[in-house]
Amino acid sequence: MDITFDHVDFTYQAGTPFAGDGIKDVTATIHDGSYTAIIGHTGSGKSTILQHLNALLKPTKGTVTIGDFKITNETSNKNLKPLRQKVGMVFQFAENQLFEQTVAKDIAFGPKNFGVSEEDAAKLAEQMVKLVGLPDDVLEKSPFDLSGGQMRRVAIAGVLAMQPEVLVLDEPTAGLDPAGRQEMMRMFDQLHKEQGLTIVLVTHQMDDVADYADHVLVMEAGHLVKSGSPREIFSDEDWLNEKQLGVPTTTRMANRLKRRGFVFDPMPLTEAELADQLVPQLGGASRE
Amino acid sequence: MNKLLLGRYLPGDSWIHRLDPRTKLMASFYYIGIIFLANNWQTYLVMFLATMVMIWASKIKMGFFLRGVRPLLWLILFTVALQVLFARGGTVYWHWGWLWITQQGLINGAYIFMRFVLIIFVSTLLTLTTQPLSLADAVESLLKPLRLIKVPVTELALVLQIALRFVPTLMDQTSKIMNAQRARGVDFGTGNIFQQMKAVVPLLIPLFVSSFSTADDLATAMESRGYQGGDGRTKYRVLHYHNADWLAGGAMVVLTVLLVILRR
Repeated sequence: MDITFDHVDFTYQAGTPFAGDGIKDVTATIHDGSYTAIIGHTGSGKSTILQHLNALLKPTKGTVTIGDFKITNETSNKNLKPLRQKVGMVFQFAENQLFEQTVAKDIAFGPKNFGVSEEDAAKLAEQMVKLVGLPDDVLEKSPFDLSGGQMRRVAIAGVLAMQPEVLVLDEPTAGLDPAGRQEMMRMFDQLHKEQGLTIVLVTHQMDDVADYADHVLVMEAGHLVKSGSPREIFSDEDWLNEKQLGVPTTTRMANRLKRRGFVFDPMPLTEAELADQLVPQLGGASRE
Repeated sequence: MNKLLLGRYLPGDSWIHRLDPRTKLMASFYYIGIIFLANNWQTYLVMFLATMVMIWASKIKMGFFLRGVRPLLWLILFTVALQVLFARGGTVYWHWGWLWITQQGLINGAYIFMRFVLIIFVSTLLTLTTQPLSLADAVESLLKPLRLIKVPVTELALVLQIALRFVPTLMDQTSKIMNAQRARGVDFGTGNIFQQMKAVVPLLIPLFVSSFSTADDLATAMESRGYQGGDGRTKYRVLHYHNADWLAGGAMVVLTVLLVILRR
């Protein structure tokens, strides 16, 4: 399911004196099965774009095409439910969306809204709890008795239980400890690789972008200023610093080494790539 | 939700913006009170002109005030219609069963309409030109005499200030949770009344829960910064009356005198 933005404008509170910035003239494609990262500093329109991905917001101008759905200014709110099922959204601080008495019921809530039967939804809940790495015994607990990190997992499980084709993640690891962050990012990557889930990730962690994404969109002040592979985007450190974004730690390290005479081609994005290129230059044997 | 103009503050720098919030609050209440003194066209004309002068002095576009009237338009039309159709007296223009359109009814309708519009204009003027926090300060300052009868004024003011501070935060939180639940397949505002009420549960419970945790965090943060109750605190924002405030008060007196002279 490709998602295409065609000259999309969005203005908050359009037509009022309080009209606020959204996004301007965004044209982009998120390909089926891709892992797209959207970066840009705070207030650049990333979250606005995200909410267009399942028609929570509708463009003031232009068209968003999501699979078979064409969303324009005139699209009515009816008949959008099938779309919402296909695009699962994990919002920032997703733990705030929990409300049911038990974890199992909360996870089953999404699927049930889309017409899955009670028993099937309960089974899904059991699967999803395992998938996000929680023990079985949380199923009958109240979500409000869990720790913050566990609540986040339950919320994500609730979205995954809808079995979406596209998973939209708005800073899913904000406020988690390093181990939790890594575990969660690995889980998303696994879903992407094993089930062919399209993933759209908004993040400020350039390391995550370098490690996982295969496509990057750079936003600035509502405009899409650059798009391409992580390697293309991260090749120009000065440009990114100017946009207050920066490069992954590995690339920064490599750039420093480059100034001292090391040669890198292509620019390494991950630790493994950096190590692979450094070892021969330091006179060591290659890994094979 | 965002279309609501009520309680919106519009930053600006005008004579009205700079008035002491206490003056504006008292004057608004007083003005709404004296609107009820008006009972003929001369007095309504005076009130209308006075309102227009205030709006002009605030340098805010008329459109804002008209937009403030819009949500209440149906209520106004309903009340006016009741007046027109049920009041009797003077020349009868039309009558059918117990419905009458008479001269007196039309005049009453027009007066009620004026009254509504002026009240809305003045209250919109108050909120558009005064920051919510200064309004809370004004309330605290004006309620001070009630301490004599053991009303906990500083605590009330604190609650008011915290409430005002968290209105936008809560609105934000509400729309975020609404979006999150919509993405999980909740339809807000569709179906019959029971379905609609059921759809609100996934919104209300998270809102309450997050309010509790915010309250908890805020209380802890306040205590750790040395808050021990309202007594013995000093104020950062101190209110002072200036010449303009006395002038505004004087204008109100002049207006009252005019009304008393002109009313029948």
